[in-house]
Amino acid sequence: MTAFALPTATEPYVPPSISDTHLPEVLPWLAEYGTGFGKQMVMIILSIILIVWFFKSAIKNPKLVPGKVQFLAESAYGCVRNGIGRDIIGEKNFAQWVPLLFATFFFVLLNNLFGAIPFLQLPSFSHAGAAYAMAIIIYGTWIAVGVKNHGIRYFKLAVVPSGVPGWIMPLMVPLEIISNFIVRPLTHSLRLMATMLAGHMIVMLAATGARHLIMVQESLAMNAIGVAVIAGSVAMYFLELLIMVLQAFVFALLTAIYIQGALDADAH
Amino acid sequence: MELHGSLNMIGYGLAAIGSAIGVGMIFAAYINGVARQPEAQRILQPIAMLGFALAEALAILGLVFAFVVGA
Repeated sequence: MTAFALPTATEPYVPPSISDTHLPEVLPWLAEYGTGFGKQMVMIILSIILIVWFFKSAIKNPKLVPGKVQFLAESAYGCVRNGIGRDIIGEKNFAQWVPLLFATFFFVLLNNLFGAIPFLQLPSFSHAGAAYAMAIIIYGTWIAVGVKNHGIRYFKLAVVPSGVPGWIMPLMVPLEIISNFIVRPLTHSLRLMATMLAGHMIVMLAATGARHLIMVQESLAMNAIGVAVIAGSVAMYFLELLIMVLQAFVFALLTAIYIQGALDADAH
Repeated sequence: MELHGSLNMIGYGLAAIGSAIGVGMIFAAYINGVARQPEAQRILQPIAMLGFALAEALAILGLVFAFVVGA
């Protein structure tokens, strides 16, 4: 270990931990039960205001030949409507699901992008609670869709695969129950939360690590590595931007896939 | 130099290799299928995404257990 020994620093380096994502509450109302009004909630309200403001102002006076803002809003809407809604749910009954998919996609997208905006710099879904709430809404929705379309028989359709020999059923049915009704909502929410948290941890690690290397370490080589960390974190920033958009897309796409599965539960 | 932290994270990193290979194979097969038959994309995309979600579920469960189990 002596080969890796750093020059003696005045203060030890403390890596950021998962508890550093818990910021002090803005309004500490009942904060000891985890119901305080924190930064995440401010950002969720801000995101709703921004989304409504953007799309309202984009279509306030629509023109036949769209301007820049109207074009952006229209192509974003078209991407969700056609790329997610029509392609997955199908030509016949996708129209009624476009509002849900559209709201889900842009709500998740903007809340993810908050992680890339300086001073906000915290994706709302890096907190598991926010992601659980989203996933529970979608979970309730597709179960309700299945029960509405197929009655109580939906649960049999969802867990008993067709075209499978009878002797393998005792193995398949519990697996299908676990994967469809327990693991599915968990992974739906935790996929979003884990990627956002990882992105936020990289930001914290780069910031605290660069500060430690430049400010605390005395050797010049360590300071140079600190500068390299800052340069490298710019590349990570753009990777994170890609991941943020991709995760919002995957979240909305999985929403569409789950709803389609509930609508056409008897088709396969 | 002292290292702090949990060995769980190294175990999680090793465990994630499995689902990483799985996700890679799913998308390789999906790209292959679409390249051979572009009109099949609409049929293949939900299947590929569901398979990706299932394979990645293992990595996500691993991450959760890495944080939860005996820190």
